[in-house]
This record gives sequence, C-alpha cells and structure tokens, in this order.
Amino acid sequence: MEKVECIVVGGGLAGLSAAYGLAGAGAEVMVLERGDYAGAKNVTGGRLYVSPIRGFYPELWEEAPFERPVARELITMMGDGAHTTFELASDHLVAGPPQSYTVVRARLDQWLAEKVGEKGGMVVPGMKVDELLRKDGRIVGIRAGEDEIGADVVVVAEGVLRLLAEPAGLAARPDEKDHALGYKEVIELPAGVIEDRWNLNPGEGAAQLFLGTVTDGMMGGGFLYTNKESISLGVVVGMHAMKADGREIESHQLLERFKELPQIKPLVAGGTVAEYSAHAIPEGGIAKVPRLYGDGYVLAGDAAGLSLNALVTVRGMDFAIASGYHAAQAMLRAKAAGDFSAAGLASYEAALRDSFVLKDLETARAYPQFMEVPRLFRQYPTAVSRLFEDVFTVGPGPTPPLVKKAWRGVKRDFLRPSTLQDAWLARKL
Amino acid sequence: MNIDAKLGLDVFKLDKEPHIVIAQEVCATVCTNRACLYVCPADLYELDDAKRMTVNWEGCLECGTCMICCEPRALTWSYPRSQFGVQYRMS
Repeated sequence: MEKVECIVVGGGLAGLSAAYGLAGAGAEVMVLERGDYAGAKNVTGGRLYVSPIRGFYPELWEEAPFERPVARELITMMGDGAHTTFELASDHLVAGPPQSYTVVRARLDQWLAEKVGEKGGMVVPGMKVDELLRKDGRIVGIRAGEDEIGADVVVVAEGVLRLLAEPAGLAARPDEKDHALGYKEVIELPAGVIEDRWNLNPGEGAAQLFLGTVTDGMMGGGFLYTNKESISLGVVVGMHAMKADGREIESHQLLERFKELPQIKPLVAGGTVAEYSAHAIPEGGIAKVPRLYGDGYVLAGDAAGLSLNALVTVRGMDFAIASGYHAAQAMLRAKAAGDFSAAGLASYEAALRDSFVLKDLETARAYPQFMEVPRLFRQYPTAVSRLFEDVFTVGPGPTPPLVKKAWRGVKRDFLRPSTLQDAWLARKL
Repeated sequence: MNIDAKLGLDVFKLDKEPHIVIAQEVCATVCTNRACLYVCPADLYELDDAKRMTVNWEGCLECGTCMICCEPRALTWSYPRSQFGVQYRMS
C-alpha cells in the first residue's frame, strides 16, 4: 500500500486550510477531492468572517478572491404584507481590514487549492474516497475505488454528511433535529445595480437576513449576500421543522414565493438566475460536536459539526479554516514527537478549546434550544412589522398619540405569558 | 421559474448508475410521512402510477436532506462516483 504522511479527505476550506499549513511546514500531504475541482461540491450562503482567522496564514487574506467586504448589515422582520428592516451601516465593518466578505466557493476554494500546490501540497480532484481504513482500532488510510493509500494521519474534512466518519465510528449519523437545509439561487446583476439597490460604495457589499413569513413560520430564514456581479438569495429551513410542520410544504417553493413578494421583487428585478444549489447545514451546536481526534485521525470543519447559527451572525467557514489550521499544527507536533496516536493528536482539540472556535460554540450553547421557540419565526417578526405599521399609519380620522399607538402594539403582541417565557429562555443567549 | 428550469442551469455529469437507491419494501411498509416528497430542494421524489417511490437522481444537488430525513432509512445514499454529479461553478 502506497503511504504518505497525511491524507486530507475533502478539498473544502477545512481540508485545504489543513493542507496549506502542513505543506508550508514541509510535511507530505495529499488532498483528495471528489469534485472536478476544489469548490465544485461546496455551497455557502455566503459570507466569511475573516476577522477571527486573520492571524492564521495572514499572507493569504490580502490576496484572496473575495467578492465584497460587507459594509451594510440588514435584518428584515417579515409579517404578512409588511416588512421592517433594521440596517447597520458602520465604518467599523470595513475600516481597517474588513471583518467579513461575501464569497463564491468555486472561486475561493480553487484559489486556496492553488496556494496549497504552491507550498508543495498535492491536491487531487475527481477522486472520491469510499472508506476510511481501520486497523487495530486506528485509522491507517483510505480506500478510493480500487486504490488504498496509507497515512500517518487522516484529516477527515468530508463535510456535513459524514458518509465516511459515521461507518468508521468516528461521529454520529446526522440527525434531522440538528440539521437545516440551505439552498439558494445565484442571480446575476451588474455591479452598479447592486451598489444602487443596497446603497453601497463601489466594491462594498451588503448582507441581509430575513425572519418570518419567508419560511412560513418554520425554523429558519432567508438570506441575501451581494457578490461582485451577482447576489446569492436563499432560504435556510430546519429539517425537523419541515417535517414537524405537517403541512408538507415543498421546500423549494419557499424561495419562489419569497421572490414574488412585493417587498422582495424589486431587489431581484432584471436579474438572471445563473445557478441553483443546496446543502445540509449542521446546527446542533457544541452539544453535538463529537470527539475531534483519535488514533490516526482528526475531524475538521462541517464533518466536526463546527458551525454556529446565532440568528444575526451565521458562521461556519471561519470555523472550518481555524480547525484546519489547528489540525495542521497538531499534526506537526505529532510528527515531531513521532506519535500519531490519540495522545499525540490531543493537542488539536485542546487548541480548539483555547480558540474562538469552541469558545464561541460554548457561548452559544443555548441557541439550538432557543431556535425551537416557534414564535421566533412567525409571531415576533410579524409583531415587529405590525408595530411599525401602526406607528407609521395616518388614517382618515384622528390619529392617536404616537406613544399610545406604540404601547397598544406592545400590549397586543408582546405583553403575554409566552413572551415572558421566551425572554426567560433568551437570557442565556 | 420552475424547479426543472433551475436545475437546467446547473452543470451535471451523469453517471450510468444511480447513487440513491430506494428500498421499496421499507419505503412502502415502514414510512409514514413520505418526507422526501417535500423536503428535497430539487423536488426529485415522486410516486409512480403504482404508488412506488421514485427518485430522479440525475438532478441531485447532493445536499443529503432526503437521507437525513428518511426515518426508516430506506435510502442507500452515497455521493456520485468520482467525476460525476453536480459541479457547481459558483455557490
């Protein structure tokens, strides 16, 4: 059996980040990617928070093929026939180095794969791994079709579905309670039109999240990210919510209905749909993160469940890159010590516990449970929009005083036992 | 825009063999909610005239939602073989 020091399964951001660190330090690394090129099977919303990872591989982020730095953050509460949008336009989002960028995965991942190649790592596209090989309780390599390749360490960065990790006993099968479906259209629009529609300076971008009727009250929301010459418009909906709902709404119809709303239609007018994509998203939080290492392997990125939906910030790619970085560092320490057992690789999980990855997931421990509050995705967004509708309404007769109007809305929709109960749950967020 | 038109925009490299296989017996006798019919974002599942579940796997976006949502585990679901399946140009 052919053998290399390190095999990385999956040329997404976690796998490529690990490979870049390993190759840069002179380790022998081979990335096996099932798509025709890195990024061919990857889907993001998407925006990458670069601030958390700028310290890792600082030379990379200056030249990365990002789309637009996010200068405007918008949250839209959707009721029936009324939307209320909160918008932040802040110098701090883009002054100095921008904190986040919109991205298109096929571009970003292919570029990172090239960078791995420049460091001497080998990225093999069009090669699907079929099995993780086990021997005497440790992972010793992989099988791809007829080929078996051995390795001191396998970085399992296969993505959310764990089709390899689960049969090998490294992590649980994905459960519908802890996963969401995300899907989107990439809609082409000229750069100038994008900048006009979202009030952007040339080159800058916007990120917009939607809560409420977009998912017909099911856990989830809508998203819109402006790329250079396209927008990514999509929907995320909890798998469990789709099934529990019992109304059997066809998931793909949510986006079509969303686009037809009079409040949304002008945003996409004149655009040309260029691609349609979908992906599962891990949303179980820290409670569902498996043991991240063992004899001869580490788990990274989505395969490790490293993603975080904190309602207004949705993260995963920064965790993927950070976990890849720390996987590489741990592997290099293991190599120096000549110990690729679980004990030799334990510094990986320790480093993630010390870093923002597991700290932020720990901070957000209560989020998955809070997301189960059904009122979050129907009553509250509707109530917010009704409140603002009331406040802005001038009818044919006398108009009640502003404070009275507002108070009436608050009393009607928020001063309820259920709201207090939800607020009590929310204290942990 | 209907779902077939959307899938028509994507690049697919078609294998001869399906990568999703339905265990008809399990599907017909154990499953109570037929979630695959409505959770699939590509709308690939449908019942044929004999009320047997079918999947138009050729248009699969490889998201895995059907596999995760299939409670009786009636699906043998793998990624398409090397060099087959959807190849996203952007996403």
